[in-house]
Amino acid sequence: MKIVVCIKQVPDTKGGVQFNPDGTLNRGAMLAIMNPDDKAGLEAALRLKDSHGAEVTVLTMGLPKATEVLTEAMAMGADKAILVTDRILGGADTWATSTTLAGALRNLEYDLIITGRQAIDGDTAQVGPQISEHLGIPVISYAQNIDLDGDYIVVQRQFEDRYHVLKAKMPCLITALAELNEPRYMTPGGIFDAQDAEITTFTRDNLIDVDDADLGLKGSPTKIARASDKVRKGSGEQVNLDPEAAVAYILKKLTDKHVI
Amino acid sequence: MNSEEYKGVYVFAQQVDNKIDGVALELLGKARSLARDLNTETAAVLLGHDVEKLADKLAAYGADKIIIVDHPELKEYKTEPYTHALAAVINKFKPEIMLVGATAIGRDLGPTVSARVKTGLTADCTQLDIGDFPIKKMANKVQKHNQLLMTRPAFGGNTIATIACPDNRPQMATVRPGVMQKIDKITHPNAEIIKYDPGFEKNNKYVEIMDIVKSISDTVDIMDANILVSGGRGIGGPQNFHVLHQLAEVLGGEVSCSRAVVDAGWKPKDLQVGQTGKTVRPNVYFAIGISGAIQHVAGMEEADIIIAINKDETAPIFEVADYGIVGDYSKIVPMLTEKLGLLSAAEA
Amino acid sequence: MDFNLSKKYEMARTLFKEFAENEVKPLAQDVDETETFPLETIKKMARYGFLGIPVPKEYGGQGCDILTYALCVEELAKVCGTTAVIVSAHTSLCIDPIMTYGTREQKEKYLPALASGEKLGAFGLTEPGAGTDAQGQQTKAVLDGDEWVLNGSKIFITNGKYADVYVIIAVTGVVEKRGKEVKEISAFIVDKETPGFTFGTKEKKMGIRGSATYELIFTDCRIPKENLLGMKGKGFGIAMHTLDGGRIGIASQALGLAEGALERTIDYVKERKQFGRTISQFQNSQFQLADMAAKTKAAQLLVYRAALAKDQGGAYGVEAATAKLYASETAMEVTTKAVQLHGGYGFIREYDVERMMRDAKITEIYEGTSEVQRMVISADLLK
Repeated sequence: MKIVVCIKQVPDTKGGVQFNPDGTLNRGAMLAIMNPDDKAGLEAALRLKDSHGAEVTVLTMGLPKATEVLTEAMAMGADKAILVTDRILGGADTWATSTTLAGALRNLEYDLIITGRQAIDGDTAQVGPQISEHLGIPVISYAQNIDLDGDYIVVQRQFEDRYHVLKAKMPCLITALAELNEPRYMTPGGIFDAQDAEITTFTRDNLIDVDDADLGLKGSPTKIARASDKVRKGSGEQVNLDPEAAVAYILKKLTDKHVI
Repeated sequence: MNSEEYKGVYVFAQQVDNKIDGVALELLGKARSLARDLNTETAAVLLGHDVEKLADKLAAYGADKIIIVDHPELKEYKTEPYTHALAAVINKFKPEIMLVGATAIGRDLGPTVSARVKTGLTADCTQLDIGDFPIKKMANKVQKHNQLLMTRPAFGGNTIATIACPDNRPQMATVRPGVMQKIDKITHPNAEIIKYDPGFEKNNKYVEIMDIVKSISDTVDIMDANILVSGGRGIGGPQNFHVLHQLAEVLGGEVSCSRAVVDAGWKPKDLQVGQTGKTVRPNVYFAIGISGAIQHVAGMEEADIIIAINKDETAPIFEVADYGIVGDYSKIVPMLTEKLGLLSAAEA
Repeated sequence: MDFNLSKKYEMARTLFKEFAENEVKPLAQDVDETETFPLETIKKMARYGFLGIPVPKEYGGQGCDILTYALCVEELAKVCGTTAVIVSAHTSLCIDPIMTYGTREQKEKYLPALASGEKLGAFGLTEPGAGTDAQGQQTKAVLDGDEWVLNGSKIFITNGKYADVYVIIAVTGVVEKRGKEVKEISAFIVDKETPGFTFGTKEKKMGIRGSATYELIFTDCRIPKENLLGMKGKGFGIAMHTLDGGRIGIASQALGLAEGALERTIDYVKERKQFGRTISQFQNSQFQLADMAAKTKAAQLLVYRAALAKDQGGAYGVEAATAKLYASETAMEVTTKAVQLHGGYGFIREYDVERMMRDAKITEIYEGTSEVQRMVISADLLK
C-alpha cells in the first residue's frame, strides 16, 4: 500500500506567537514547524505503515528551507520525501497550490493521499479537497478515524453533532484534523537516519498536466487586497483582592456595564 | 469567464435532517445587504430530498429566489453528489457571489465546488463588503468596482486580510456561524421557486455511507448564549463545575469550557470554546481557571466584556481580560452567585 | 573548531526538549512530592528509543552516540532531575558495561531488552562500608559447580527494585599483587527474579526523590556461571570504566539542572517587581545571572567535550571527571543562586528551583564524589 502525505512548513502561529512591545506581531520570533493538521495526517499514515506495512511518502511545496519538515517526517518514520520548489510557484493561493501539488502527485503511485485540513498560516482548509478535484478522486474531509478494508478505506467523518462512517474505494484523498490522533515523536535513530536520507526535488518541469497560467501568484484567482497584523488590545484592569472585595468589584463592573 | 454574465448573491441553504441550519439564515441576511449594494437579487440554493417545504423559511429570511435540487442522492450530505449539484447550479445560474456556511459541510463542499467551477474561495470570512479592487486606485492597474471584498483572519488569527477574486466568478466565500446576522422575519415573503435537476450519475467519486452516528447531548448551543461562564483546567475537576453552573444559572447564562477540560473528559466537546472548538461572542465571558492560551483566546476575544479569575497573576488571560481578578475562584464564585441571587430576589 | 552542534544533534535536542516539556515537566513536581517512580514516563521514553540511544541497531538500539545520549539527559534534567538520572543509570551503568565487556551471547541476551526499555538496568557497586573506598567491597561471589553464589548487600542503588538487570560487582577471591594480598573483584549480571536476590530499604532522600534508591540483598543468590561479565578479576577495572561513562551522564544531569534553574530565574526576574521595577533591572541580579550563565556554558562545553571524547574511541576518563566535577559544582551554585534570586518564592515547593537545588546536591556526590574527581584529574596531571 502506498500513501502520500502532503505537509507544509508554517510559522508557529498557534503556540509561538509573540508580540513586540508596541503590541504588533513579532513574525521573526516564530519558529517554523510542521503544520499540526498535517502532522496528524502523517501520523495516520505511519499507523497504517505500522499495521499494514504501507510505504509513506511525504510531499511539500515550499522554499528549500521546507526540507526541514521533510527531514522531521522521515525521522518520524516516513520512507521517502519530495520537495516541490520553483520560483514560478511562489505567491500561490489555494487554487495554484492545489494545482501544483496535483501536478506533482501525478508522478507518483498512491492508494491514499492524506492532507491536513488547514494550515495555521493561511487557515483556508481548501487545498486538500481541491487536490482531489484536480485528480478526479473522492475526498473525505474531517477524518476522525481511518481503517482499511481491502481496497477500501473506512473513515469516520466528523460533523458538528454526528459522524458518518464512510466507505470509499481507493485511491482517494483524506483530510486530517489535528484532533485525529496524537502524533508520535521522532526517534533519535530516526533523526540520524533522516540526515543521510535523500530528498527528491521536483521543479515546475516535473509537474504533469499543469498550465503555467495556473501556477504561483499569477495563477491565483484570489488576491490580497489588504493585510494588516492585529495589534493586541491592551489588557484591562487586573486586581488582586480578597474574595469579598473581589465579589464587590465584579458586581460593580456588571452593574456599570448594565449586565445586571 | 465573462464576469458580466454573473449576477446575483447566492447562499447555500445548508440543511441537515430537513432542518435549515442557522448559518444559512445568517448568510441570507448578509446576502440581502450585499445584493442591495449591487442592485441585484438574492437566491438560496437548497439541496436535499423532500425539502421543498423548507423554501418558505428561506423566503421569510431574505431569499428572493429559491433554487431547489431535490433528489434521493442528496438526502444525507455526501461530497460528490452535493458538489455536482451545487456546481451545476452555479454553471447554469451564474451567480456573481456564492456564500457557504463554514461548517463541517461547507468547509468540504466549498473548496470542492470552487475547484470544480475553477474559481477562488476565501474561507472563514468575518466581514463581507462591496468595494473596489485594488482598494486604492493605482496608475497601471484597472480598478474594478462592485467587487466582493472578503475580510478574514489569517496567520492563526493574528493577521486580518482582505481578499478579492477579481477575475473569476462566482466570488466564493465561507462564513462561520454566528458571524453574520439574520434579518427579522418577513411576514409575507414573495419568492420565486425554481426546481432544477442536474442529473445524477454515480462515478468513482461517490462514497458510501455505512452508518450515521449522532452524538447524544442535550446541551444548549453555547454560541447562542449572552453570558458564558467558562471553566478551564484550573477548576480542578468535573465535580467542581457545579460552582460555575450555579453562577451561570443565576445570570441566565451557559457554561462553556476550554480544550483542556474536554481533553480531560470533564465536559463534552460542544461546550469547548477556542480554535478547535467554537467561536463565541457573548456579552459577558467569564474565564475561570483558564490560562488564556492563544488557541482559547481566539475563540472568545470578541466577547464584549471578559472577566477573568485565576490564581496565577502571570496567566496570559489577564492580557485580554477587561477585568482580571487574581484569586481563588472557589472562594469568589460561590459568594458572587449568592450576592447575585439576593439581588435578583430583591428585584423580583 | 565548530562549537555549534550539527543539524542532527540540534534535531535530537528538539526532540528531547519537546518530550521533556510535554511529557516530563507536568509530572515533575508531583513525582518529587510523592516520591513516585515515573513508570509511565519510562514506558513512553522506551517507545521512542530513549533507553537505548547509543546502542547499535543490531542490538535493537537507536544507533546514535554518547553525545546524543548526553543531550537527552541534559534536556530531561532541565525539567526533572529524577527522570534524567533514571535514563543515565540505565544507559551508562548497565548497558555500557554489557556492551563493552559482554560476550556475544550476553549482549544478545540483554541488550535488545535493555535498549528497547522492555527491561530497566542498574548497577551495584556501593556498599555500606564501601563508598569512595570501592575496594572495601565485601559482597562475595563463590563459584559452586555451574553457578556463582552471591552473598552480601549493596546500598544506594539507583533504579533499585524497578530494574530487571543489575551489573553487580563482587569479591571473588584474593590474589597476590606486588607482594601484598589484594581482593580479586569481578563483575556479574544478575536478573531481578533470581532467588536469593531481595530488596531492602527504599531510601528517603533530599532530592531526586522520585528516583528509586534501594538496598540490594544477596543471600545465597545463585546465578549461572555464564553471568560473569568480563574476565574474572577484572571487575574493578570494569567498575571504573563504567563510572567513567556514568560521569558523563551525571555531568549532563547536573548541566540540565543548572540550565533549567537559570531559565526559570531569568523568567522570574523579568516578571517580579520590587521598588517599582523588575528585579532584572538591578545590577546585582544582572551580574549574578551573568556569572551563572558563564559557568553553565563552560559546564556545557566540558560535558560535550567528554561525550565526544568517548565517541571518538580514545581515553576519556579525565575529560569525564572534569565535566562531572565542574558541572555538578556549577549546578549546586547555580541552583542555590536561583533560589536566592527568587527570594521567598524560591523556598516554596511550587517553584521549580526549590526542587532543582535539592536535586543538584547529589550530583556532587554520586558516581564519584567531587573529591574523587579531583583525585582523578590530579593523578593525570602529576603522572
